[in-house]
Amino acid sequence: MIEKALKGNSNYWMWLAFLSAFIAVGGICYLRQFLYGMHLTGMGRDLSWGLYISQFTFLVGVAAGGLMLVLPYYIHNYKAFGRITILGEFLAIASIVMCLMFIMADIGQPLRGLNMILHPTPNSMLFWDMVVLLGYLGLNIICGWVILTAERKQVKPPKWVYFFVYLSLPFAVSIHTVTAMLYCGLPGRHFWLSAITAPRFLASAFAAGPALIVIACLVMKRIANFDAGTEAIKKLTTIIMYAAIINAFFVGLEFFVGWYSNIPGHKHSLEYLFFGLEHHGHVYNNLVPFMWTSVFLCFGGLALFGYMKIKDVFNDVWVGVGCLMIFFALWLDKGLGFVMGGLVVNPLNEVVEYYPTANEIGITLGIWATGFLIVTILYKIAVKVEHEVEGHQ
Amino acid sequence: MDKQRRKFLKIAGVTVLAGMSAPVVVNLTAAPPALASAGKGQATTSVPAAAHGGEAAPKGVRLGMLIDMRKLYGRPELLEKVMAVCNKVHNIPKIDNKKSEIKWIWKTPYANAFIDQSTNHSSKIARENDFLVLCNHCNQPPCVRVCPTKATFVDTKTGIVAMDYHRCIGCRFCMMGCPYGARSFNWMDPQPFIKELNPNFPARMRGVVEKCNFCGERLALGKEPACVEAVKEVGAIVFGDLNDPQSEICRILDKEHTIQRSAALGTQPSVFYIV
Repeated sequence: MIEKALKGNSNYWMWLAFLSAFIAVGGICYLRQFLYGMHLTGMGRDLSWGLYISQFTFLVGVAAGGLMLVLPYYIHNYKAFGRITILGEFLAIASIVMCLMFIMADIGQPLRGLNMILHPTPNSMLFWDMVVLLGYLGLNIICGWVILTAERKQVKPPKWVYFFVYLSLPFAVSIHTVTAMLYCGLPGRHFWLSAITAPRFLASAFAAGPALIVIACLVMKRIANFDAGTEAIKKLTTIIMYAAIINAFFVGLEFFVGWYSNIPGHKHSLEYLFFGLEHHGHVYNNLVPFMWTSVFLCFGGLALFGYMKIKDVFNDVWVGVGCLMIFFALWLDKGLGFVMGGLVVNPLNEVVEYYPTANEIGITLGIWATGFLIVTILYKIAVKVEHEVEGHQ
Repeated sequence: MDKQRRKFLKIAGVTVLAGMSAPVVVNLTAAPPALASAGKGQATTSVPAAAHGGEAAPKGVRLGMLIDMRKLYGRPELLEKVMAVCNKVHNIPKIDNKKSEIKWIWKTPYANAFIDQSTNHSSKIARENDFLVLCNHCNQPPCVRVCPTKATFVDTKTGIVAMDYHRCIGCRFCMMGCPYGARSFNWMDPQPFIKELNPNFPARMRGVVEKCNFCGERLALGKEPACVEAVKEVGAIVFGDLNDPQSEICRILDKEHTIQRSAALGTQPSVFYIV
């Protein structure tokens, strides 16, 4: 089926070339980091995790978000998602590849990465994260490929693949739960030490993943003659709304716990993220504009969707805008605020702000571009197969 | 023919999968002797402690340190000496950049060292003096719990939380787990920043985490930790077995009121302070 990705119009090739340019720059930046060391990043002794790990965390969510398509279709037999379930599975593949690339970019001795397998350590959540991520990647490759092949041949998928489909449902939940457990089990990191971290991650994942899929569907409707169907898009926006509202509710609960208990450690990170943290006469607030942008985008997107539901109007452009707003809001919340906010006060009560370097941003953009490239190719294959099948009918 | 090929592919696939996962299974099922004895140690710690929130009955050697700050007040030169000696014997690079610096033992104000103690009306002495901080060699170390490769581990013979620089993949999860900020990462090649190389101790490479090792290499030669020796003249640092009631450190701990850093986190630090 791969050969279907090798035929396309000039726009397709231009888009791939555009992404490849970012990948090339990212590759050069990574070579610099590999050869000279990680002091080329903005990370340091106090902020020893940064952009890479926060992107990793966000993208695990995007991968898990595919569950919101797979679950209604396979468990509730919701036929409207029939055409797009494959998109959820393929998005998960690309997201996890990006996750693994971010992990490799983040570790100081990438050539020793196999030590995770040669010396398995079940008490480390990172070990389990590797297990569930590789498992989920494998499951999505198997399910996506087998089901698409069956569709192409216009036969029912083999029965055995449903075992893997159903297995992938708890795996989707597990990848983001275990990723949350990387954070929420660490003593002395108050912002992360919260049992609501995992549910919050899942809620934001179930909004961000589908939002990206809706955007992809709308783009493909325009340029690839692929119509996901209005019913499916409408149902997805409902799912996105509920998930984004639940995420906002969970963030609100964090505020309550911090301010009502009045325990400084529980407040510091939120103060830093939303209002600026005053420390020895200096106010640290470099993320405040980003976090308020996140708040306005999230509620703006929700209001837009709410309006369209109440007035019963449907417009591709506004749905796309709403999804972009919510996706970007959740990226700011989890792909930026969660990690940096949790680290801003170090274990010795010193405040250190994080500024990523150009080299680091280059690598990050390169990995994102790689993900988009994989998504483009996989979606191209999926759409071509659908067209081929429709042509036969 | 086609069926045979399919069958072959199935068998080959299963074999490859089994081969790939074999090291995991072998390593998980066959615990090395060191781990087996750690298991025994854990069995004793799971016995309910005598007092609620207290530590379990001691077993084996657990090395600890007592820093009597009363003997260091007003003598910043002694703190400097401790730090300098440690840097020298352990080939710690001197990087003048807070972002990339490496620290094993260093000085910091009272409010930063003891973040859970009140500083509302702290004494003049506490306000005017710096305090020595280092790895606490916890009895329940979160860094060991989170490490995905066992590159940091508890040495069961001494209770020291040790590092294997050759196994560390540099994920820095241990730095996240440590609630004392005791760990440093080699953001760049440290060797050019080592003033005078001590050939008796390994210099680290870029991309691995390091921290205080309670001078395990000196203890093996029957010597005291370098910091203890550096302030021997005033006897400010006492080092010994916390599980041996007859040791000097235990006799002082019996007599004096001591505090630990962030003891409420349940890490059971092995470094005690008299302030």
